Amino acid sequence: MDLLEYQGKQLFSKHGVPVPDGRHAATVSEAVEAAEELGYPVVIKAQVQIGGRGKAGGIKLASDRAEAEQHAQAILGMDIRGFTVHEVWVEKASEIDEEYYAAIVFDRSAKQPMAMLSRMGGMDVEAVAETDPEAMRMLHVDPLLGFQEFHGRRLAFEAGIAADVIRPVGAMLGQLYDVFVAEDATLVEVNPLLITNAREVVALDAKVTIDDNALYRHADVAALRDASGEDPQERMAKERGLTYVKLDGNVGILGNGAGLVMSTLDVVAQAGGRPANFLDAGGGSKAEAITSAVEVIISDEKVSAVLFNIFGGITRCDEVARGLIEAFRSIEPDVPFVVRLDGTNDVEGRALLAEANLPNVHTEATMLGAAEKVVELAR
Amino acid sequence: MAILVDTDTRLVVSGVTGREGTFHSLRNRDYGTQVVAGVTPAKGGQDVDGIPVFDTFQAAVSETGANTAMIFVPPRFAADSILEAENAGIALIIAITEGIPAHDELRVYNHLKRGGSRLIGPNCPGILSPGKANVGIIPAQFFKEGNVGLVSRSGTLTYQIGNELAQGGFGNSSIVGIGGDPVPGSSFIDVIELFEADPETELIVMCGEIGGSAEEEAAEFIATSVSKPVVAYIAGFTAPPGKTMGHAGAIVSGTQGTAAAKAEALEAKGVRVGRNPTQVAEIAVEILGARV
Repeated sequence: MDLLEYQGKQLFSKHGVPVPDGRHAATVSEAVEAAEELGYPVVIKAQVQIGGRGKAGGIKLASDRAEAEQHAQAILGMDIRGFTVHEVWVEKASEIDEEYYAAIVFDRSAKQPMAMLSRMGGMDVEAVAETDPEAMRMLHVDPLLGFQEFHGRRLAFEAGIAADVIRPVGAMLGQLYDVFVAEDATLVEVNPLLITNAREVVALDAKVTIDDNALYRHADVAALRDASGEDPQERMAKERGLTYVKLDGNVGILGNGAGLVMSTLDVVAQAGGRPANFLDAGGGSKAEAITSAVEVIISDEKVSAVLFNIFGGITRCDEVARGLIEAFRSIEPDVPFVVRLDGTNDVEGRALLAEANLPNVHTEATMLGAAEKVVELAR
Repeated sequence: MAILVDTDTRLVVSGVTGREGTFHSLRNRDYGTQVVAGVTPAKGGQDVDGIPVFDTFQAAVSETGANTAMIFVPPRFAADSILEAENAGIALIIAITEGIPAHDELRVYNHLKRGGSRLIGPNCPGILSPGKANVGIIPAQFFKEGNVGLVSRSGTLTYQIGNELAQGGFGNSSIVGIGGDPVPGSSFIDVIELFEADPETELIVMCGEIGGSAEEEAAEFIATSVSKPVVAYIAGFTAPPGKTMGHAGAIVSGTQGTAAAKAEALEAKGVRVGRNPTQVAEIAVEILGARV
């Protein structure tokens, strides 16, 4: 789960990471009130899950009430690369002397957390990594030992940051590590890490990703999940406990097991089709789950044909067939279905489908044959 | 021969008294696996269809000589259960549980790599050595004994490929699901190394997917340390960046972890990569057929 900047900053505050004073606002009047409270100049920042907010005009400096009102008006409701701005963060403006970059990431390859620091912040880090790879310093942290003072000190010296802030920057890395562990984050990134004219060290931005599997022990963070920005099918699927990802094609897909579903998408694409979604009905799916999944898939109006690709292990093919038959009875889908059933109880499943003789349901014996057929029908 | 589980396996199941735990433990026993014990705190002294239940792993090991553990408890108890099994001296721990927090997996991984226990999974279907033992949820009826070693991040995709191999007349030495999480206890390399040393295995099939760099690392290892032929498959060419595709570990982050990069890395080291599961089986049959 990706947090908005202000949500990340609130977690930072909780763990002692210094951030500029700020207020959340969802309306123009709230934003103006926040600005008056904080004192000018303030920065009004669009809160959306996408980078490049500044370039898109989503971050503005206001030096008085009139400007605050004008900018809040312009930013609230603005579209930034497909994301509508519903809320802003109003923050006391900071004087910028230097901009660094700091992060704690989850290094899957080393299977350890990794702390990162660069004296070149405030810009696209991937671009910096290409032009000056030496500028980014990295150090693994043993998760059983935790972040030690030397980790921060070593990174600060190696990154070549100004001598007077080596100690506070090192300390901030330690606090960011505390956020990373205590909040079950998989990413904590600060860009820029600001050194003010008064030589104070402040996190000016916050990018935090929390592990979905750990949300059960972070009720406060789980409550932040914003359903308004979600795709309608993805929301519907989540409510029904289905693993669904919306894609942009027209071939609806249902399979069992994440790997098999990914493979099914690939095979449909190889056959010249464009998948509309990823849907993993999971192991041991019962008929009701299948019926429920069909409803989610065909609620996407772009879907013009649907492929069922089932290799039954724990899942029984007769249950899948029953679910499909029930879906036809209750919601009468008007698009063609191609069904490939293999594995546990496949003979029974195919017999049930033959007997039901559903309109516009085609059975195929192989995964590749089924992919070709559905692509043809989706045209 | 086979790898990891065989007729010497003496299995203890954590979560044996749960609905799924009971179902699969009995299924594994029906297949011929020696299921010698279960562990459920505060249910010690009971039995599940004759399988004795203990309060602790320590008691289960000392009473029954269990040498392999299967973890079937819900995510919030799973890391603790794995660590308890390791603490009781169990050499091989197979974690089926899906949804364990990544930080728990990190602590477990970094602790286990200092000790002697090997972890397979979590979020995996387990291990099947056809004709010898089945530990986990792999449907054994689709596999027969043979000389293909299969290692995979995905369950159903493994069944798909195994079934096509069986139709081509070939069976498996062992099938190992390493799981779909970001911090698997064992990697492709760990398992491929075992297959390389297993005299029964003549060909290795590895089944990868998007996310992380385990396939690229395996490509390096295969080039330097594996003499047996390896055929690979990678799922997720059409996965968009930034979206988790079912498995917690299956995510393309920016330009990292794409299927195309993985397939390229493997092919650059001479590993043949099938474009779909059927083609993987065809390549495997072609290589094995030529050796007969």
